[in-house]
Amino acid sequence: MATAQLLSVEGVCKSFPGVQALKDVHLDLNSGEVLALVGENGAGKSTLMKVLSGIYKRDTGVIKLNNQPIEVDGPLQAQKLGIAIIHQEMNLMPHLTVAQNILIGREPRKLFGIATDDKELNRQAKVLLDELHLNLDPNQLVGKLTVAKQQMVEIAKALSYDSKIIIMDEPTSALTQSETDVLFNIIGNLRKSGKGIIYISHRMEELTKISDRITVFRDGQYIDTLITKDTKIAKIISLMIGREVAQDIRPDQAKKFSDSEVALEIKGLSTKNLLKDISFQLRKGEILGFAGLMGAGRTELALAIIGKDQISAGEIIIKGKKVKIKSPADAVANGIGYLSEDRKRFGILLNQDVKFNLVLSNLRRLTSQLGFINTTKTKGLSNNAVKNLTIRTPTIDQKVKNLSGGNQQKVVIGKWLTRETDILIFDEPTRGIDVGAKDEVYKLLGELAKAGKSIIMISSELPEVLRMSDRILVMCEGRVTGILTNKEADQNLIMQYATKYR
Amino acid sequence: MAKLKDNAVMARIRHRAEQSLAFASLVVIFVFFTFANSAFATWSNITGILLSTAVIGLLAIGTTFVIITGGIDLSIGTGVTLTSVMAAWSLNNMGMPIWIGIIVGILSGALMGLFSGLAITRLQLPPFIATLAMMLIAKGLALVISGVKPIYLESVEGYNNIALGQIIPNFPNAVLIFFASAVVASIVLNRTIIGRYTFAIGSNEEATKLSGINVDRWKILIYIIGGIYIGLAGIVLSSRLSSAQPALGQGYELEAIAAVIIGGTSLLGGKGSITGTVIGALIMAVLINGLRIMEIRQEWQTVVTGLVIIVAVYADSIRRRNAGEL
Repeated sequence: MATAQLLSVEGVCKSFPGVQALKDVHLDLNSGEVLALVGENGAGKSTLMKVLSGIYKRDTGVIKLNNQPIEVDGPLQAQKLGIAIIHQEMNLMPHLTVAQNILIGREPRKLFGIATDDKELNRQAKVLLDELHLNLDPNQLVGKLTVAKQQMVEIAKALSYDSKIIIMDEPTSALTQSETDVLFNIIGNLRKSGKGIIYISHRMEELTKISDRITVFRDGQYIDTLITKDTKIAKIISLMIGREVAQDIRPDQAKKFSDSEVALEIKGLSTKNLLKDISFQLRKGEILGFAGLMGAGRTELALAIIGKDQISAGEIIIKGKKVKIKSPADAVANGIGYLSEDRKRFGILLNQDVKFNLVLSNLRRLTSQLGFINTTKTKGLSNNAVKNLTIRTPTIDQKVKNLSGGNQQKVVIGKWLTRETDILIFDEPTRGIDVGAKDEVYKLLGELAKAGKSIIMISSELPEVLRMSDRILVMCEGRVTGILTNKEADQNLIMQYATKYR
Repeated sequence: MAKLKDNAVMARIRHRAEQSLAFASLVVIFVFFTFANSAFATWSNITGILLSTAVIGLLAIGTTFVIITGGIDLSIGTGVTLTSVMAAWSLNNMGMPIWIGIIVGILSGALMGLFSGLAITRLQLPPFIATLAMMLIAKGLALVISGVKPIYLESVEGYNNIALGQIIPNFPNAVLIFFASAVVASIVLNRTIIGRYTFAIGSNEEATKLSGINVDRWKILIYIIGGIYIGLAGIVLSSRLSSAQPALGQGYELEAIAAVIIGGTSLLGGKGSITGTVIGALIMAVLINGLRIMEIRQEWQTVVTGLVIIVAVYADSIRRRNAGEL
C-alpha cells in the first residue's frame, strides 16, 4: 500500500468563547489509507473536521497538504484543494432534485453559461450514481427520499468532487446494514485508488473492519494513534474514556426498590422513526440513569413519554393506571416533568427575573379571579424556592441571564417543584455547568429522590451516570440493550451495551 | 428502471395537478361571476381585468424570486411610486426621449434591489427590516423628486401607448408586457443558473454556502431582478395614467405578496412558481372585479380579499400536510 503522506495537522488550537475545543492537536493521513478518528462527544473531532474544510478558522497551528502548508478559507477553497467532507448533519437542499444537489455549483451550462443543461446534469449524475452502484433516480426531489437515501446522496456529492481527501463524519449513522456495505465497498475502491479517508464513527466494529489506523481524541486533545489490526476494542474505549473517574462516589448500592411503588412503567414503546419496543419500570424514590451514545434515542424516548413525539405502539402506565399522553400538557397533568437538555431554549426565559421564571408554570394558582397576579404570594413562593434550592441570586428580581449555569438549572428545577410532579426527567442536567455547581445539582437530585420523587436522568457523562443512578438503562440505536444495577455497572460494561449494535 | 421512470412521471403529473388546482379555483370563480352577472364575461371587461392585474402582477412576478429565497421585499409598493416618478421626471423635466425614460425607470428599480441586497448581505440585516427601510426611502425620494405633485405626461407623445397601445387589436400592451415578462421570468427561474440557486438558497442556505456557492452575490442579483420588475411596473403604471402619482403605490406590496402566496409559493422559501403567481394575481383581480360588477361596496371587496388569502393558504397547507411535506 502506498504510504506517501497526504495531509498533516500540527499543533492546531481552536477556542470558542468559554471553551477550548481543540488544544494543540495533530493528525496525519497517508494516501491509500483509512484513518479512523474516535473520541467521546465533545472530544473535538467535528471541530477539527470543520477546521479542515474551512468552516472554522483555526487559532494557531499548521496544516500541510503534500508537505506544503495550506490555508483553508472556506468550503470553496477546500474543494479546490481536494478536501471533501460528508457532514454529520444533512447538508442538502430538500427542494432540489438528486442530480441538482450532487452537482450544485458545477452545473453543466449552455447558452453562454446562463442556462442550466438539465439533460446533461441528469446524465452526469446518473453516471456517478451508477459508478457508486447507487440505485437513485437523478430526477427525484431529495426531500422525498428517506434519510438513508439522502445520506447516500450526500456521499455521492462529496465523492463527485474527485477529491484527494475525503472526510466522513459519522456517515453510517442513518444507513442500514446493506447500505453500509455499499459504502464500505466504495471506501475500499477509494483506498485502492490512493485517496486518503478520515472516518469518524462511534461504531467500534465498523472501525476495526474499515480502518488502517485509529487516532483517539479526548477533551479536545490528541491522545494516541494505533494500528487497527494490533488493537483491541477495549483498548480504544479506555483511551476514549481516559480520565479516571474523578471521585468514585456511588449511591447506596444496598438500597432496594423492589418494595416501593412503581411510579412509571413503559411497555413496548416504539416510534415510527427510532425507538423500538422499549420497556422499563421506574419506582418511587429511584434514580434511573439513561446511558448511551449520541443518537441512541435517549432524548427521543423522553420526548415520546411526555407526548412531544408521537408513539406508534406501547403503553404508559402511571401508578398502575394506563394513561394516554398526547401532549406535554397531558404529561404535566399526569405528574411528569421534563427538563430539557437545551435549558436556554426550552427551560427558562433568560430575559425575565428569577421570580417570573419560578412561578411561570404555576401562575393559575397565584391569580385572583379577576386575572390579577398576587404579588405577595409570588414573592413568598419564590423566596421559599430560592432558600430551599440555595439558588445564589442577590434578589428574586435578578434577571436569570445574569445567574451562573448551575443556578439557572436550579431555577428550572424550582419551576418544576412548584408543580406537583412526581416523575422528573432530567436531560443532561449538568451540561454547561462547572464542576462545583455540578455537585450541588447532584445533591439536589439526591434530595428529590429521597423526598419520594422518581427521577430519570439522561446523561452522556458516564461518571455522572454511575455516581447518581440506582439503576442504569443503556440504549443503542433506539433500543434498550441493558438495564444494570449500580452494583454491576462500570464504564466498560456500559460502553459495551451502548455499542452493541454498532 | 421502469419503476424509477414511473416515479418521475407520477411526480410530474402530481406537479401539474397541484398547479391546476389553483387554476381550477380561478375557473370556478370566473364561471361563478359569469352566471352571477351578464356584464362580467364580456371582452372589454376581461381586458379590463387583465389591465388592472398588470402592475400588481409584474410586482408579484419579481418578488416571487425573492420569496423563494426565503426573503421578502416590502419596498416594491413605494418602489413603483419612485420608479414611475423617476421615469416621468426624466421625460417631463429633463425632456429625455421615451426609451431613456424607460431605462431610467428600470434602472432606478434595479438600484433599489441592489441597495436592499447589499443591506441584507453585507450589513446582514433581516430582509424584512432592510426592505422596510427601503420602502420608506423610496416613498420619501418619490415625494422629494416630484415636489409632492403629480408629474403629468400627456405632453410626452406616445408614452401612453406603452400600456394602452394595442399591438394586438383589442388587447392592451400592458397585458402583453405582463404575460411576456411572466414567460421570461418562468424561463429564468426554471432554466438558468440564477433560478437554480434561487431555489437552493431558499431550500437550505447553509448547505448552499457549504457547497462553495457565493450565496451573498446571488442574493444581491435576485433582489436586483425583483427591482427590475419594480421598474417595469412603474413604467406600465405611469404610462397607463399618463402621469406619475407621488402617493400611488403604497400597499401594492401587500397585494403582490398575497398574489404570490395564493399562487402556492412558500414564505419559508424553496418552493414556488411563476405560473402560480400569475394565477394568484388573476384570482385576486377577477374577484375584485366580479364583486365590483355585482355592486358590492369596495370596503367589502377588501374584506373578501383577506378571507380568500386565508382560504387559499390554508388549502395549500392541508394539501402539503397530506403530501407529507409538513
